[in-house]
Amino acid sequence: MWTWFHKLASPPHFYKVATILAPWFLGVSLLLSALGIWGGLVLAPADYQQGDGFRIIYLHVPSAYLSTAIYALMAGASAIGLIWRMKLAHAVAAGAAPIGASFTALALATGAIWGKPMWGTYWEWDPRLTSELILLFVYFGYMSLRASYEDINKADRASGLLAVVGVVNLPIIHYSVIWWSSLHQGPSIKKLDAPSITGDMLWPLLLMIGASTLFFVAVLLYRVSAEVIDRERNSRWVHELVGESAGAG
Amino acid sequence: MNEFLAMGGYAEYVWSAFGLWLVTMGYNIISARRKMRTSLEQAAINAARRQPRTTHKMTKTNDA
Repeated sequence: MWTWFHKLASPPHFYKVATILAPWFLGVSLLLSALGIWGGLVLAPADYQQGDGFRIIYLHVPSAYLSTAIYALMAGASAIGLIWRMKLAHAVAAGAAPIGASFTALALATGAIWGKPMWGTYWEWDPRLTSELILLFVYFGYMSLRASYEDINKADRASGLLAVVGVVNLPIIHYSVIWWSSLHQGPSIKKLDAPSITGDMLWPLLLMIGASTLFFVAVLLYRVSAEVIDRERNSRWVHELVGESAGAG
Repeated sequence: MNEFLAMGGYAEYVWSAFGLWLVTMGYNIISARRKMRTSLEQAAINAARRQPRTTHKMTKTNDA
């Protein structure tokens, strides 16, 4: 197990495995997304309260879930990078940030669009909405902090610290609908409870959540591979790699 | 078909959310693959610059 882990964490090996896996993850995730969209937008019955407007759930919930799950991964990877000085972990965190930011923006946008017909407003300074907006700003802060350093090791340390500190926002987002009275509804799926929605509405949602996760992994593999190339550009294996692909470079 | 597109009166909301979803998915695919390509190109430029070490043995070209 540990030898396998060390081998994977070695940059050339990671690059090899990641670039083989990424297109497959991407293809499967897009296929499953198409199925999920079909199930959610076409097959699922209309909601008895929200009519067809509820179908935004199939776009909103997966992106909202990704926005926090990606942050948790980014903060975890940053912590590993800071504690064990593992460069690949910092590369993972750096690769995850723009993906997380994009899905946070999507969660906010689809939420606003959904809020207009159901709540009568695009935006309210509600605890759930506000904490999700703060998450977007933390992602932006993380990325601009990284960009402000020439030295990649300093960028790793500073942005890694920010990512770890920013984790306090995650429980606030998660429990905001329970702690404070909120416009936002409570969760439809709970780990320990039976879900509060019916089966033909549920399976496309679960499928979309699974497909989004796979999609994230695919895009992350591409981005981390690129990060690894940037960091290792003076090493022999990268020279051999670009020598092969770019002819006599 | 028209009924499906009408989304029970919620067409503008459902389809604009769907459009943004498509844009986000597309952005992620394109930007990640573009980053991959530029990183490989940069690495190739860097490798080419560092290659002729026989002629410039004393010149330090490490700009990492």
